[in-house]
Amino acid sequence: MALSSILRSESADFSNHFDRPFAFDCGLSQPELGFATNSGDNLNFAVKPFADDVDGPERKIEFLHGTTTLAFKFQHGVIVAVDSRATAGSYIASQTVKKVIEINPYLLGTMAGGAADCSFWERLLARQCRIYELRNKERISVAAASKLLANMVYQYKGMGLSMGTMVCGWDKRGPGLYYVDSEGNRVCGDLFAVGSGSMYAYGVLDSGLRHDLTVEEACDLGRRAIYQATYRDAYSGGTVNLYRVHSQGWERVSQEDVLQLHQEYQSQKA
Amino acid sequence: MSYDRAITVFSPDGHLFQVEYAQEAVKKGSTAVGVRGLTADARIVVNRARVECQSHRLTVEDPPTVEYITRFISNMKQRYTQSNGRRPFGISSLIVGFDFDGTAQLYQTDPSGTYHAWKANAIGRSAKTVREFLEKNYKEVDMESDEATIKLAVRALLEVVQSGGKNIELAVMKRNEPMKILDPEEIEQLVSEIEKEKEEAEKKKKSTTT
Repeated sequence: MALSSILRSESADFSNHFDRPFAFDCGLSQPELGFATNSGDNLNFAVKPFADDVDGPERKIEFLHGTTTLAFKFQHGVIVAVDSRATAGSYIASQTVKKVIEINPYLLGTMAGGAADCSFWERLLARQCRIYELRNKERISVAAASKLLANMVYQYKGMGLSMGTMVCGWDKRGPGLYYVDSEGNRVCGDLFAVGSGSMYAYGVLDSGLRHDLTVEEACDLGRRAIYQATYRDAYSGGTVNLYRVHSQGWERVSQEDVLQLHQEYQSQKA
Repeated sequence: MSYDRAITVFSPDGHLFQVEYAQEAVKKGSTAVGVRGLTADARIVVNRARVECQSHRLTVEDPPTVEYITRFISNMKQRYTQSNGRRPFGISSLIVGFDFDGTAQLYQTDPSGTYHAWKANAIGRSAKTVREFLEKNYKEVDMESDEATIKLAVRALLEVVQSGGKNIELAVMKRNEPMKILDPEEIEQLVSEIEKEKEEAEKKKKSTTT
């Protein structure tokens, strides 16, 4: 398993691990997992182990939990909007992160949770989708692509993967939107928002969303929802990246700094 | 050295004798709907195909296309022509169905693991004769009518079957409908209609020549 080879220490006794399922080894009490302060060449992901391990493995690797990503279906396709801030604790690691992953010309994936987990597994998904296309001489459906991803990560359930992604595309059934996460959830829906700023985004989306929006109105709604989330959520910010998926594939609509959007919305109010 | 014992050995002139013998087994075997050859082998293949269909529905949330399931069966057959200690499946099959967009599909697989798409085909002992008849009498425009298509199939079989309608079994598959196997009475009716048409054709020929 990919993760186990990184987390196991050099001096680990391999014979011990055969009868115990790997999931149970991800406990705090195991010094071999790279949390020891005098770890020689071991990779150290966590800053420091937490005092209470109630939350389990997810709390140790802190990357893009602080984020706001959203996607919704409407009559002209799917709108995907994300922020671009990455935080490690209260430190802003980056303001220019690309949280939309272009799986192929007609499928998009969003990134929330562990950045490495999201981009690695979605790249793997891109490879599987391409193989499907070559073998079956037709594009893979959004349902099938999201199911491939969900089945891939389900094998690692409980081992510390952190991924909350939305698979968005357009196939022969029309616009498609699925939420897939590392817990094994896979849900079809018309509207999703993922991340620490998701509640603020839901507020804006739920009050403004209609099926018959024009393209312009839908883009404005997505942009506004992310802006409002960055306004109130400390862990979201940077720029708003907006994509639209239509019958011919996806297109990048805009990238706007939230501070600029703030000025615009303020002047509109006046 | 005998080149026909082990499946994994090529002969000097490039033959895989075991596969060719399997193709002979097809001709000698009995026929089930669309599968000809050793019926015990057929049960295994059909069962695996059924499981694969359900597996496809589960992972892709869509029923598989006819081509997909044909490819699966062919790949399985090919694996048995290239592994130690196993013999090839002694069956050829005709796989029919409709795709998502409604077009009818017909595929034929054989023991070597190859598959081809066909408009019309036959497998078994007198396959050659039936195929020649189909090549001569298959008309694209006739395939628009249900009746003409069924009659063509029956006429093709009557060429090689001795005792007429009693030894013919016919199944019809229509888009979005379950497969229907015709009753012996319906087949008898079709056979007698065809006989009448044949007689009238003969009469016409005689009257024009005299």
